[in-house]
Amino acid sequence: MTMLKELVRDSMELSGADKRVVVEAVNLAVRYGNRYAIKNINLQIERNRITAIIGPSGCGKSTLLRCINRMNDLIPEAKVEGRVLYRGVDIYSKEIDPVMVRTVIGMVFQRPNPFPMSIFDNVSFGLKVNGIKLSKTELMQKVRDALEKAALWDEVKDRLDAHAYSLSGGQQQRLCIARTLAVDPEVILLDEPTVSLDPISTAKIEQLLRNISSNYTIVIVTHNMQQAARVSDYTAVMMPDENMVGGLIEFGPTKEIFTHPRDKRTEDYISGRVG
Amino acid sequence: MADTVLGLGWQESRRVRWKKTLDKVAPILLSFGLFIGIATVASLLITVATTGGDRLSWTLITEYPHPNPANAGMRSAILGTIWTVGLSALICVPLGIAAALYLTAWSENKVIKRFIEINIANLAGIPSVVFGLVGLSLLTYGLGLGRSIIAGAFTLAVMTLPLVTVAAAEAVKTIPEALIHGAYSLGATKLQVTRYIILPRALPMMMTGAILAISRAIGEAAPILVISGLLFIRQDPSSIFDRFTVMPLQIYNWVSRPQVAFQELSSAAIIVLMLILLSMNSAAIALRYRYQRRLTL
Repeated sequence: MTMLKELVRDSMELSGADKRVVVEAVNLAVRYGNRYAIKNINLQIERNRITAIIGPSGCGKSTLLRCINRMNDLIPEAKVEGRVLYRGVDIYSKEIDPVMVRTVIGMVFQRPNPFPMSIFDNVSFGLKVNGIKLSKTELMQKVRDALEKAALWDEVKDRLDAHAYSLSGGQQQRLCIARTLAVDPEVILLDEPTVSLDPISTAKIEQLLRNISSNYTIVIVTHNMQQAARVSDYTAVMMPDENMVGGLIEFGPTKEIFTHPRDKRTEDYISGRVG
Repeated sequence: MADTVLGLGWQESRRVRWKKTLDKVAPILLSFGLFIGIATVASLLITVATTGGDRLSWTLITEYPHPNPANAGMRSAILGTIWTVGLSALICVPLGIAAALYLTAWSENKVIKRFIEINIANLAGIPSVVFGLVGLSLLTYGLGLGRSIIAGAFTLAVMTLPLVTVAAAEAVKTIPEALIHGAYSLGATKLQVTRYIILPRALPMMMTGAILAISRAIGEAAPILVISGLLFIRQDPSSIFDRFTVMPLQIYNWVSRPQVAFQELSSAAIIVLMLILLSMNSAAIALRYRYQRRLTL
């Protein structure tokens, strides 16, 4: 973790990179075997903003998201080409350990996947595996902070020792967000986080994302265009081409994308004519 | 149309009647296989219980073998089994779990992984007497361990290793990928994911597989016969380099005697052996049950 941060500082001094850009994809492509899933992706993620990635099923949104914290490493057939820069440092270069990347760039998944342990242990899991030594009160404070940011504290403060599976689906997903926040990452990736939740739980998660967005850089993949319009500052639109290879067709401030789309395909997609 | 489906035409169709008959006959045919299995086990149990039931006594468990059937017991065989199988479990369970973890969570070269997996499956199909012969030449003579408990334990361990490995690998495969990815996304290393996510969840199922493999080792006579020979032992084992005998061999020994009393003794010994195996299998089932309950919590 320190190594990545040192590397980051060095390269920022050298390049004088645009400090507002935290994550940048340069000519990014991913292939599974010989078949490309996404190709020619160039994208800049701005600091402390929410960027939504929208597009029809199978256009490679999740694949792109998983590139940003090297989760694609876990899929043996996936090959990543091009570069992903975190503050100017290529996270795919040889000297970078993917484990370090994931402590700085966290992830929340489609379906809530709390660990089969207590609520408290779920939130402190990241601190434990990252070898962060804390006193009992400090640890408690960290867990409480994370749960408060994830808008879950009031609901679970009396039963932190309860099993995580005793929570509802929406609570479980907020627990997963709290778990990610506890590691104190700079970037949080969310892969369709509300797709399995009811509207009320969804609204809670959208609200909490807005609340924490002043301190975190958030990238959210979503199927739901209203959600993208509600929560995001920037929107990236992906679309598969005739060979089913996903590409980025439009990127810009969310308002513009939804009111004045430049690309005909974006307009069709947003207005519900395709996808 | 409705007439042909619901009306008389439908009932009279021969094809439909034939199908209905088949439907009634099928369970009878299928349950026949089940019946044969249950009948065999039942007749075995009844035979053993009726011939050996009267011979069940504490003498059988606490006394050494004796030329006089009234005083004969299988103390040395029970102790030999505990020592040999216990030691082999200590060897094969950690090794099998380690091998399974390597295969499922660590090995990255697909070709090598596949090669190892196929060979482990092959290993599980090798007749047990072959393991005994390998143990005899490699451990007893090659390494000079003699006809000792440790030689028998290693032989049984190698024999049960593939069973434990396959069961443990299956256990790892039941763990949802979402949990593993969740741990990785928090910056856990491979070892931490294995330690905190995979092992705690897979362990009960791994132990279930291990218990079943060990209970197979308890009932195994052939490899031990090759290594230890048929022995008449009248003392407790005191070190792993002692000579030994096991329960199946004691049973074999008694059953091959001409006297009726020894035949009855062997039936009694079979009851003891089966009780031990049954209780181990129950333990495995109990473990699995507890594991399933924890999953649905």
